[in-house]
Amino acid sequence: MNHAQPYSMEITHAPDPRGHFGPYGGRFAAETLMGPLSELEAAFFSAWNDQAFQEKRMVLLKHYVGRPTPLYHAERLSKENGGAQIWLKREDLTHTGAHKINNTIGQGLLAHRMGKRRVIAETGAGQHGVATATVAAKLGMQCDVYMGREDVERQMPNVLRMRLLGANVIPVDSGTATLKDALNEALRDWVASCENTFYIIGTVAGPHPYPLMVRQFHAVIGQEARAQMLDQAGCLPDVAVACVGGGSNAMGLFHPLRDDPVRLVAVEAAGTGLNREHAASLARGRPGILHGNLTYLLEDEEGQIQGTHSISAGLDYPGVGPELAAMRDAGELELEQATDEQALHAFRTLTATEGIIPALESSHALAAGLRIASQMSPDQHVLINLSGRGDKDMNTVFKALGWLEEANQ
Amino acid sequence: MIHNRLDEVFARCRKQQRAALVGYLTAGDPNPETSASLLEGLAGQVDIIEIGMPFSDPMADGPVIQAASERALAAGTHMADVFALVRHINARHPETAIVLMGYANTPYAMGVERFAEQARMSGADGVLIVDLPPEEDDLLHAPLQRAGLHQIFLLAPTSSERRIRLAAEKATGFIYYVSLTGITGAEMGALDAIRKQCALIRRHTELPVCIGFGIKTPDQARAVAEFADGVVVGSAFVAEIAAHEHEPAEALTSRIVEKARGMRQALEGRRDAR
Repeated sequence: MNHAQPYSMEITHAPDPRGHFGPYGGRFAAETLMGPLSELEAAFFSAWNDQAFQEKRMVLLKHYVGRPTPLYHAERLSKENGGAQIWLKREDLTHTGAHKINNTIGQGLLAHRMGKRRVIAETGAGQHGVATATVAAKLGMQCDVYMGREDVERQMPNVLRMRLLGANVIPVDSGTATLKDALNEALRDWVASCENTFYIIGTVAGPHPYPLMVRQFHAVIGQEARAQMLDQAGCLPDVAVACVGGGSNAMGLFHPLRDDPVRLVAVEAAGTGLNREHAASLARGRPGILHGNLTYLLEDEEGQIQGTHSISAGLDYPGVGPELAAMRDAGELELEQATDEQALHAFRTLTATEGIIPALESSHALAAGLRIASQMSPDQHVLINLSGRGDKDMNTVFKALGWLEEANQ
Repeated sequence: MIHNRLDEVFARCRKQQRAALVGYLTAGDPNPETSASLLEGLAGQVDIIEIGMPFSDPMADGPVIQAASERALAAGTHMADVFALVRHINARHPETAIVLMGYANTPYAMGVERFAEQARMSGADGVLIVDLPPEEDDLLHAPLQRAGLHQIFLLAPTSSERRIRLAAEKATGFIYYVSLTGITGAEMGALDAIRKQCALIRRHTELPVCIGFGIKTPDQARAVAEFADGVVVGSAFVAEIAAHEHEPAEALTSRIVEKARGMRQALEGRRDAR
């Protein structure tokens, strides 16, 4: 049986040989990591071109992750919202509840193939941490996950899940105690442990080859959605919408649609407002160097990285994948934002009209997607990446809605 | 090449048949005023002073130097203060060479041309950017060269012979060999392995080789000085600040000077020529 349909293994829109997407990307890493990064790059290309590796990956994606994920026509939501037909790519239905597992299956298999006995990861919302811990349990590898202290507290269910899965969760207190600091700490670990440890980065950022590799592992999202739209709607979507923190679910959706006449909309977290606290690095950042790549960053005049804010921990990151930075400059992306409040509103709308509880990250894509759809006609189609489910966000949502106080009274 | 004190330092040390002492402190730690006193004290003891430019996300540094960056930034240290500190050291200790050390986003945010000019004008002799490997050096190479600044590259235990050649080709001033596979302030690597890698580097370059990361005691400094042209001590000095942060500047300065003197004597006690 051929598990490769509708998947393409061809690498298009590749960066230059040193990992640059236009002026962005690259490999701005400490000397100690340069050797291990070259080794990783060679191992990735060799695995990618190896049919046995791809077959193993596809079997796991099908029978373990549950791919292909459905494409769901949200008819009631479309009607209530008015305007274009809304289609949801149901990454929330994957094993572990978010798209992150597509990538950890790929990198986990690669780690195994390279003979590494230990994997490490950084995590914000905890979804990438859970997906890494899951793959580590499945493949029998030791797993340490770095997580900002602030995120440990607001994403406790995922912390406990990681522990259940046998991973060691290490709270990070340095800097702002969020995702960027977890990434710093994972890099510090890797500098000392690269001989036997594989660093599974959770987004399309970091030094080359990570942005390319993570994009390739997530491209299944867009490849499936493209085929499903043609099959179910009879046409490609007019608009494809995804939320962007680092940008992994967005690149996964956008990459296979890049050469089609489809508007690609990247939705960033506007937090409490673009003039207040937010995480909109594409809209409000400027080029700089962090975490091994040149990309748009939220920073002050002297290049000190700024604290960000979003109600969703997974979007609370001051940078963005370098390929998205290049696509922004090339005019390939439409930039949209959703505030905490707008995301919460979209969260409740989807829950009430379709009985689907989305992750707060995905709720940002929904908020902008609904806004865009409402200005279109009913014979047009908006595809929204529902990158994860909202189980992990219950506490945050209850708190924001004031329900916890009510229950305590 | 424009006159550069780094070259003079190594020539002087060679004549004296000893390794150079290289000392590191983060600029503005624990605040710009105290930092001026600490850097001045340290500069009087060492041959080369490395001045760290504080950065919000120092990925290659251990907890000790991370905390130094955090203290400096919390105290409101800006690049203007960093350059003022360089000018201060330059005026008080004109014989001590100065290297600015930091992360790529600092010169990038400032504009690399402006950064190089200001660094040179304030009296720096060299620049070491931890996350700017030779492969990405197009960014900084020309501006630094135009300003007459040496560019120092790191090599590590994981560097292949190809990478050693690459760094040797691009580096000027000296090569900084990272003695361990890890971050600053960790435990020093095995001496034999360091000596071996140092010998390999020398096969590819005439440049002086300084060794750092993990050197905390005079004994360790002496052992490394047996085969290195320079010994770098950083976290051991910075740890003094962390432990005695609230002491008056003079008391803190004496501690750093005392510590540096111990290291210097360990290197001066060395008799055998290379």
